[in-house]
Order: sequence, then C-alpha cells, then structure tokens
Amino acid sequence: MGLVLALRRRFGFILKLFFKKDKMRIGIYGPPNAGKTTLANRILRDWTGDILGSPSDVPHETRRARLREGVKIEVDGKSLTIDIIDTPGLATKIDFQEFLKYGLEEEEARRRAKEATEGVIEAIKWLDDLDGVLLVMDATEDPFTQVNVTIVGNMEARKLPLLIVANKIDLPNASPARIKSAFPQHPVVPISALKGINIDSLYKAMAERFG
Amino acid sequence: MEGVQMNLISKDMLEKMPSMEKLRMILDSVKEGKIVVLETGLTPEEEAKLIEMTMLEIDHDKFIGIEVESYPARERTFLSRLFGKKHGRLTVIGPANRLKTLEKQEDVIKALVQM
Repeated sequence: MGLVLALRRRFGFILKLFFKKDKMRIGIYGPPNAGKTTLANRILRDWTGDILGSPSDVPHETRRARLREGVKIEVDGKSLTIDIIDTPGLATKIDFQEFLKYGLEEEEARRRAKEATEGVIEAIKWLDDLDGVLLVMDATEDPFTQVNVTIVGNMEARKLPLLIVANKIDLPNASPARIKSAFPQHPVVPISALKGINIDSLYKAMAERFG
Repeated sequence: MEGVQMNLISKDMLEKMPSMEKLRMILDSVKEGKIVVLETGLTPEEEAKLIEMTMLEIDHDKFIGIEVESYPARERTFLSRLFGKKHGRLTVIGPANRLKTLEKQEDVIKALVQM
C-alpha cells in the first residue's frame, strides 16, 4: 500500500498529462488567520452565490475541513470545475493560552486547542487527495514560516500545481513582493479576499494553473 | 553547568535511519526539552508527518508543540526530480516554549533559545 502511494506521488504527474480530470479537487491551505475561509467564501459567493463558513479574528476558527463540490469558474471563455476544500490552519504548535487573549474561558480555550490539533491532522491527510493547492499567505507577515515551507515542499514532492495567494493587500504594510522573492519558483497572485481586490486575476491564474 | 542540551545529528546517521525512527527520535528529544539539529533536514513528507505526530502528542500543559527552523529546499535538476529523494537543508527543531524564530531568510535563520 505504501509502495503504491509512493509511486502515485512520484509518477502521478505523468498520468495526469494523459488523463485529464473533469473536475479538480483544490485545497485552500495556509497558516491560521491568513484568510483561507474569507477566500473560500469569496470564490463561492462569486460563482455560486453561497458561502462556506464564518471567518473570525480568533485563530483556528476552522477546525474541520469543509468541502464544496462542483464550483464552476468561467474566465475568458475557459471553464474550470473544481471541488473546494477549505482546510484548518496548519501550525506546528497550539497553545490554549493564546485563545485566552481573545476573551475565551479556559475550558473553551482548551476545547478549541484540542479541536485545532485534530484539524491540523485532517488538513495534512487531505494532501493525499488533492489535484492542486491555493496556498494563502498573509502579505503583511513574514512568508518564510515553517508551515509555508512545508506546504510548498509537499506540493513540489507530489508534483501538484500550486498557486500562492498573497492575501490582505488592502492593508498598508502588505508586501506581496516579499512573498514573490521568497518563493520565486511559483506564481504569486496578490489579492484582498475581503475587499475583492484583484480577484479576477486570481480566477484567471486558477484557470491557467488548474484548468 | 545549566543549559539546554543540543543534539547535532549527522547526515550519515540520518540517512541510515528509517523515517519513523528519525521522527520518533526527534519528537522524544524535543519533548524532553532538547534542541535537535539535523545536518540534512527532513523531506517535505517527513516534515508533514512530524507536524501530524506533534499534534497527536500535544497535551496542552507540558507540551504545546514544536518550533522548526529550516531553509526552503533548493531547486533540483530534472533527473534528481524524477528519481531522487528530496532532502531538506540544515534544520533546527525544539520545543515551542523554548525555541523562537527571530528572523528567517533564504540562507540565514536567526533564532532564540530560552534557558
């Protein structure tokens, strides 16, 4: 079983050249509070009129992966049908005391921390079932985090298409250029998922990258 | 003398160890409060597995997770992409309550170790 999985990871990209899928399964990944759910909601609102979940300022608001199937995106006559998976924020540490700063009671903070650890595991497990990834980074933060390096490395190892989304460009200290220079081997699209800034460029890039 | 123990693991030793043994050794050392330095780092798949194992062991009191410091992997040739195993570069792993990243660039990592 392990050998089959290893072979699929290593040579799967060759099969994909010949057998193109009708529908791509795209995971939205990134660290907590990068704007993954806001982006998922923006995509769904634009193309289905619906939303996937509620974003929040408290980290690890999304603690279960959420799937929406059959989202059809049309750009410049090109059509792309995707399943979107909004994943919990990836992290290497989860301290319940961090949640206390947001006014949560200790019991609630501990419960949230426990669920967050389960969410991280679920997000990692999803990596084996995807056809591409939108990696959302907060353009106001340092992009060289371990979470970003690990996701980029895993996408490269699996030969899966990756699109980096430099989010929150509406904020004054945002620097998409810093993200571009950190990961020059991958396309970077600067957007504000919240305000919808440059979102059409993202759809165009998605159609090119995942279509 | 008081201080934080650092385990520096050579490339030769890492190459001989199966993935799970390597990850178990890292996590056990970090949970004991040690800092582990890997000469060649981990593969991306091992990094993801390490995060997964860490999440399973967080107890929300004594162990809140790990801090990992590694450089992004270098670009590789076509042949090594096709047949080679992808290895990371020098990596430092420690308990999240002791090791803190100050600054990370493509070739420089600055970190703080708390005694």
